[in-house]
Amino acid sequence: MTFTIQIENGTEVRNAEADSQRTLYPYVTGTSVVAIKYKDGVLMASDMGGSYGSTLRYKNIERMKAIGKHSLLGASGEISDFQEILRYLDELTLNDNMWDDGNSLGPKEVHNYLTRVMYNRRNKFNPLWNTLVLGGVKNGEKYLGMVSMIGVSFEDNHVATGFGNHLARPILRDEWREDLGFEEGVKLLEKCMRVLLYRDRSAINKLQIAKMTEEGVTVSEPYSLKTFWEFKAFTNPTVGAEGSW
Amino acid sequence: MFRNQYDTDVTTWSPTGRLFQVEYAMEAVKQGSAAIGLRSRSHVVLACVNKAQSELSSHQRKIFKVDDHIGVAIAGLTADGRVLSRYMRSESINHSFTYESPLSVGRLVVRLADKAQVCTQRSWKRPYGVGLLVGGLDESGAHLYYNCPSGNYFEYQAFAIGSRSQAAKTYLERRYESFQESSREDLIKDAIMAIRETLQGETLKSSLCTVSVLGLEEPFHFLDQESIQKVIDTFEKVPEEEEDAGEGEAEPEAAPVAAGTGEQGGSGDQDVAPMEM
Repeated sequence: MTFTIQIENGTEVRNAEADSQRTLYPYVTGTSVVAIKYKDGVLMASDMGGSYGSTLRYKNIERMKAIGKHSLLGASGEISDFQEILRYLDELTLNDNMWDDGNSLGPKEVHNYLTRVMYNRRNKFNPLWNTLVLGGVKNGEKYLGMVSMIGVSFEDNHVATGFGNHLARPILRDEWREDLGFEEGVKLLEKCMRVLLYRDRSAINKLQIAKMTEEGVTVSEPYSLKTFWEFKAFTNPTVGAEGSW
Repeated sequence: MFRNQYDTDVTTWSPTGRLFQVEYAMEAVKQGSAAIGLRSRSHVVLACVNKAQSELSSHQRKIFKVDDHIGVAIAGLTADGRVLSRYMRSESINHSFTYESPLSVGRLVVRLADKAQVCTQRSWKRPYGVGLLVGGLDESGAHLYYNCPSGNYFEYQAFAIGSRSQAAKTYLERRYESFQESSREDLIKDAIMAIRETLQGETLKSSLCTVSVLGLEEPFHFLDQESIQKVIDTFEKVPEEEEDAGEGEAEPEAAPVAAGTGEQGGSGDQDVAPMEM
């Protein structure tokens, strides 16, 4: 099994094997997505950055999109795979609209569909390189779930992807409550996003927050968080470090 | 219906724009023994007459569970009905697996209808000879559909198919306006009374019919003989009196009136082909 693809003059040189068609590494990636359930529904936050390796190349990528009337999908990982997933979901929602028979896809159905897709791709060693967060409200029921690129899928009251797992979830574990109001929920998410902004090198200070309630799904306009860089630990990082004087 | 030169092939039109093979397939449905469906806002009841080939054999199964929330009653070629039930079960379970959520009835009957239509447009196939009463519950409420061999489907408040179903339909037509708000018990009672209409004089016993129910918080299941007999007892006790128990032509001990009403499964049961029930 070869693991390299040579591209010369726009054609693949070593393409005799199907290997060359499989996803091997991600190229343009998005960083963390954080989401919580709150009193009236679900809130999700993500920044608008797309990194090309260590370069922060794209700064206007919307990593959260509404699906149908009831759900919202946020993704971290390969942006082109996210766009592919949106295409699949588009077909599903168009089908629903075409029938126009009073049935619509709810967040649970979308989440399960995505789980099937992600897991099947993983089984073929050709994953969609994303961790997806699916939230929504249908018939009064709040739903928040996650699917990873290997098909691991679950629901929870608060989820985060990538670095968010390490930096945001501890905050959420301490401070999340069932009856958070909208402003409290946004403040909690902003607290998580601020920590990620300080500590995740692929995060940028341009984020969106999405709200899902029984009425519908909305994504806010992009905005930035206030940051403070004059902490002593930032200005003088090595003072008091191990082995220093 | 008489033989004519356009009825050999399903892919041959008649000059008057008819596909005779498809119409003959619908005749097969009329030969099967009766099946009845009714629905209210929250429940669907499917009932059928049990006919056995002979005294020695057990009766044919005509009602099938497709999923917890969908059931189907058939009339016509039972083999075709069994195959289509298997298809419906398959579609339903595949949907549940992918979406973790029950398939809506309307979408299922469309797939069924499209499958039937294919058989009306291939020279190497024949139409399915079975009519299906599909009853189910989904997000948009309780539904009852009738799928026929032509590939058409219709939604009904109540319907009856098979031999002597006209009698049942007459009964249902008189009462259907009350069905939407009916209680579960009343709906079951109406179904059994409609079945009685198709028996035309034969005493109604619980062994003669099969009844199934599904509803909100009540997955599809069959009623046991005892429950059916209890319902029968509430109205069979008064043979002469005319209550709201339908036309009340209940002559319980009279000799079974051989009432073949014209086109409805015209000849008696002796002429029913063995494969049709």
